[in-house]
Amino acid sequence: MPLLEIKNLTKKYNADTLALSDVNLTINEGEFVSVIGPSGAGKSTLLRCINRMIEASSGYILFDGVNVSTLSKNELRNLRTKIGMIFQHYNLVDRLSVIENILHGRLGYKNTFEGIFGIYNEEEKKSAFKIIEILGLKEQVYKRCDQLSGGQKQRVGIGRALIQKPRLMLCDEPIASLDPNASKIIMDHLRNISSKMGITCLVNLHQVNVALKYSDRIIGINSSKVVFDGAPSEMTSDIVYSIYGSEAEELDIDIGGRNAS
Amino acid sequence: MQADIFAKRRKDNLIFFSLLGLITIASIIVTEYDVVKGFTSVFKAAVWAVANFYPNAKAMAKLPDILPKLQETILMSISSTTFAAIFSIPFALFGSKVTKINNILGSVSRLIASIFRNVPIVAWAMVLLFSFGQSAMTGYLALFFTSFGFLVRAFIETMDETSTSSVEALRASGASYLQTIFQAVLPSAAPQMISWVLYTIETNIRSATLVGILTGTGIGFSFELYYKSMNYNAASLVVLVVVIVVFAVEFISNYVRRVII
Ligand SMILES: Nc1ncnc2c1ncn2[C@@H]1O[C@H](COP(=O)(O)OP(=O)(O)OP(=O)(O)O)[C@@H](O)[C@H]1O
Ligand SMILES: [Mg+2]
Repeated sequence: MPLLEIKNLTKKYNADTLALSDVNLTINEGEFVSVIGPSGAGKSTLLRCINRMIEASSGYILFDGVNVSTLSKNELRNLRTKIGMIFQHYNLVDRLSVIENILHGRLGYKNTFEGIFGIYNEEEKKSAFKIIEILGLKEQVYKRCDQLSGGQKQRVGIGRALIQKPRLMLCDEPIASLDPNASKIIMDHLRNISSKMGITCLVNLHQVNVALKYSDRIIGINSSKVVFDGAPSEMTSDIVYSIYGSEAEELDIDIGGRNAS
Repeated sequence: MQADIFAKRRKDNLIFFSLLGLITIASIIVTEYDVVKGFTSVFKAAVWAVANFYPNAKAMAKLPDILPKLQETILMSISSTTFAAIFSIPFALFGSKVTKINNILGSVSRLIASIFRNVPIVAWAMVLLFSFGQSAMTGYLALFFTSFGFLVRAFIETMDETSTSSVEALRASGASYLQTIFQAVLPSAAPQMISWVLYTIETNIRSATLVGILTGTGIGFSFELYYKSMNYNAASLVVLVVVIVVFAVEFISNYVRRVII
């Protein structure tokens, strides 16, 4: 069952920056899909068109059979509650505590009044604590987020997305600012979310090795076009070269490493 | 290419300083300002000040007259600032890149703020003198207008700086406009906004003294009164208490800043 269908998606920022040209993709429920490609290829743009943080120029996106581009303001809010988003720089409210930041994921379900004053019911709080436990943040519950390490901040980001009870997670370079250890923890959590909770994950990555290790499927983008779409086992060094062009040599990718997990 | 930039910068600097020098010389000639006399008279003024401009016992007897005036000035500075802060918030929200509703409203609100900010406070006081005469209202409004213009600008910059990323995250999770403002923008920006308000109170106490001379109210009026009647000892007492108050306010606001940030 396709959860996401992208048809002829094109995004032009201005006359001479074509960020996406005629992208066609189908993503199935529960899949863990990585998007790789050189800097400026259009990975972030692709992710942000899906939840309409960026408006596409043409083409359309079906999420669970619903055309995203024609939604009204309220319908769009509703759609966004079903799509969690993870950012490279975590995008937390640094001065608030872990629990407050995680509960922010519920705002989309609330009326204006409850949302403004941050009124959450027992069930929401319980589920927040459960998520905090899963993510190993129990000791940090009431800590302000500016006192956390990068890896902990990213886990709060994941928590905020999880409490939305999303069907799709859009992750824009979730480990680009983290050291290898913290990166592994975050990727393991994302993989778990996909395997155990059945949430579809679409993850932009810079590291081909990580993509090979964790994904069910890899999409390669080069200068606004999809140039590869297949399983990690189909990846060859020629394909890496076609995705990254001359940058490929500097990446030092070990294709054989994909079975290391 | 690199070398060009440096050469251009050197040329720009040369032109700038030559122009500055020319303008200085021209204005000295036009105003018939005698540079040598200007500097020597500073010395004479200092001698005069030591001889006459100090509070003596007779001046201290005026203190009960001065203190209520001082209180009036302080209260006026504080209340004009707080009102300006309240009015600034909606304008700042419309003007900020993060929280703007649309570009037209944003430009209009920034333009209004810029007009209020760039007309100097003394000009405002003179204009208002026509409508309100020599009254507390004139001084109050003059302080209010400039504080308003300044705070809108300061708040816009604070909001842009502190909340861009968290606003993106909350919007992506389906939170509404007002929810985002109250849950992300204000918690992130509040400490710096309060800090700007305290700073504005400080500057307003200084400006209120000056404006008071024009409008015949507050501590500025006391100064003018004693100065015109050549009671230099009492006038110097006025200056002294103003300086003490400015230092005290700065001390208090630094303390508050340390606590909230
Ligand atoms: N707001 C914008 N306005 C104009 N051009 C933009 C904007 N955002 C992105 N672009 C351009 O669109 C292209 C694709 O950008 P995008 O951010 O999607 O790339 P990316 O693959 O995510 O790169 P990176 O790996 O560096 O994050 C780039 O050429 C970029 O310069
Ligand atoms: Mg990107």
